[in-house]
Amino acid sequence: MSSLSVRATIVSALLLATLLLVWQILVQGTGAGPQQMDPEYARLVGATASQGKSAMPGPLDVGAQLWRHLSDPFYDKGPNDKGVGIQLAYSLARVLGGYLAAALVAIPLGFLIGMSPLMSRALDPFIQVLKPISPLAWMPLALYTIKDSAASAVFVIFICSVWPMLLNTAFGVATVRNDWLNVAKTLELSRVRTALRVILPAAAPTILTGMRISIGIAWLVIVAAEMLVGGTGIGYFVWNEWNNLSINNVINAILLIGVVGMILDQLMGRLQRAVSYAE
Amino acid sequence: MNVDDPFDPRATLRTTGCACGRHATAAEHDAAAPSEPPYRGLVEGAVMRALFPVDATRRRFLQAVGATTAAAALDHVFPIATATEAFAQSAPLEKKDLKVGFIPITCATPIIMAAPMGFYAKAGLNVEVIKTAGWAVIRDKTINKEYDAAHMLSPMPLAISMGAGSNPVPYTMPAVENINGQAITLAMKHKDKRDPKQWKGFKFAVPFDYSMHNYLLRYYVAEAGLDPDTDIQIRAVPPPEMVANLRADNIDGYLGPDPFNQRAVYDGVGFIHLLSKEMWEGHPCCAFAASRDFVTTLPNTYAALLRAIIAATAFASNPENRKQIATAIAPANYLNQPETVLEQILTGTYADGLGAVKKDTRRIDFDPFPWHSFAIWILTQMKRWGQIKGDIDYKGIAAQVYLATDAARLMKEAGLTPPTTTSKAFSVMGKPFDPEKPEDYIRSFAIKRT
Repeated sequence: MSSLSVRATIVSALLLATLLLVWQILVQGTGAGPQQMDPEYARLVGATASQGKSAMPGPLDVGAQLWRHLSDPFYDKGPNDKGVGIQLAYSLARVLGGYLAAALVAIPLGFLIGMSPLMSRALDPFIQVLKPISPLAWMPLALYTIKDSAASAVFVIFICSVWPMLLNTAFGVATVRNDWLNVAKTLELSRVRTALRVILPAAAPTILTGMRISIGIAWLVIVAAEMLVGGTGIGYFVWNEWNNLSINNVINAILLIGVVGMILDQLMGRLQRAVSYAE
Repeated sequence: MNVDDPFDPRATLRTTGCACGRHATAAEHDAAAPSEPPYRGLVEGAVMRALFPVDATRRRFLQAVGATTAAAALDHVFPIATATEAFAQSAPLEKKDLKVGFIPITCATPIIMAAPMGFYAKAGLNVEVIKTAGWAVIRDKTINKEYDAAHMLSPMPLAISMGAGSNPVPYTMPAVENINGQAITLAMKHKDKRDPKQWKGFKFAVPFDYSMHNYLLRYYVAEAGLDPDTDIQIRAVPPPEMVANLRADNIDGYLGPDPFNQRAVYDGVGFIHLLSKEMWEGHPCCAFAASRDFVTTLPNTYAALLRAIIAATAFASNPENRKQIATAIAPANYLNQPETVLEQILTGTYADGLGAVKKDTRRIDFDPFPWHSFAIWILTQMKRWGQIKGDIDYKGIAAQVYLATDAARLMKEAGLTPPTTTSKAFSVMGKPFDPEKPEDYIRSFAIKRT
């Protein structure tokens, strides 16, 4: 087993090295090469136009820029220019706000749907229609009704992370083994006690699967939402750097978004393992 | 009671004696010249005096605008009920911490530079200027009161007030930000197609449907005989995406705001075909806008904010200050652009993308006065292209939205020379426009949607 993980690590490292090498080679090959132009004119245009440098940065440029970002992540130079650490913190706060609100709604409602076949059928059409709506389609409506862009972003997170949790909770609750419910009945447990002591632990792994899917979706959506409403957050950072046509900073942001998303997923994975059980 | 005529700019400022100075008191003066009727009733005089409680300021204002304009303006431009405190300089500010939204383009220069260069602070305000992603968002955030005031395209307050493209909300435009400063940028592959007659089938981008850019581009191609709705394609694209789209070959060109014309040159993806000032020297572009609600409920704050913006505009109108401004607004907190790009735009010594260095100090210029005739021209184009329909009260809307009187007074205070009328004739591509005959003007075009 340990030799397998060592080998996997080696293959990963090789893949990364190859990728970076190919990237560097591709970037060096493009661009028009040095141009013949008046030096006074050349001073007024960028390196892409005057020296024919490729507009796409190489891995070394990106690495250097990443180092600059990570060595000073919490600077604050005014409302429109903050360090990546602060931007990520804003994004995480929005994601957690919307996500926790979604959990508070989805888990109790999921229990209700899972335990009551009537409610399950009655609510099904609503869920089926609302679930596939792209979260960003809600944005104009949210901006118009909530009249606050920060709250609108949180609402969009809420509306997109509620469905996987709701459906998984309902499914987990509905598929608890009948034997266990029958035992609870024989012991004359109240409905609330059955829900908390029997159904909740039994359905916990399924519920957490839903929560894990939801946090992934929430993190996907926040970037798009922040690009739209602006102000703060890693999505705003991407937009601001796009505005400056800085591909380098955009790649930096992409890497950071990926790493944070992975960490969130791993945390939920840990939690999921903690509540799982063998039958 | 002092009953001298407050509409008389020649009135002396002595508290004793009469206006002409030949009599010991005002009463004696009136008795000596009974045939001279008071210029306006005492009520109007009281309003005038309430608007400008300091005699010296009132006199400067009247000299600047003219008594007739001032009196006429009182009727509709400023709500008389709140006028009492509006421009008293010493009046306390209702709100000191303000948020002003802007789109990161050089048109917003006065709004942006007023923060790092201290113009807001000088007016006693603590203003955060917030970068915003697009025109629709800036409109919604201002309507939602997240922003107290905002940078908008000069046709937007007209469109919002009339409910074109949004719910009607009474809007005002107390000052123009910049004049000129836009350009037609074409992809490098079109460097031999400098005649617009060769542009059939081109795809163009403009920043917004309700923008000077849209109207100027339509005007330009229509003058060359192309129908902007059928012979070319025009799409609304946010300015930063214009350069990326040009590089990706999705569009053939754009009539857009700077820095993105110069940025296309800087990155070697396009060249500047024509500066907008070559079509219409002195055309308005972007504006400082606020809801009528803000103007009426926070009159002192509004006056202080407008004072700061106009002072910044006055500073920016001096070409000697432009280099310094470029340095102030280039950082990531504001425009987030290479300083040399901004310097080329603001100083007017620029690379044209085809290997030549051109010089034109009025490439972008700053003049805050919101001419009513600008509004009327914009309305004619909105009607020409079918954005608004039916009979339009051109003058009424222009006066409601473009607050020329406030601007004139504060311009004078900032050391600029405001005009004495609110309407002027001008020419667009050599064709004269008479603001008195907007309907005739629309009818005179061969290509139109009405």
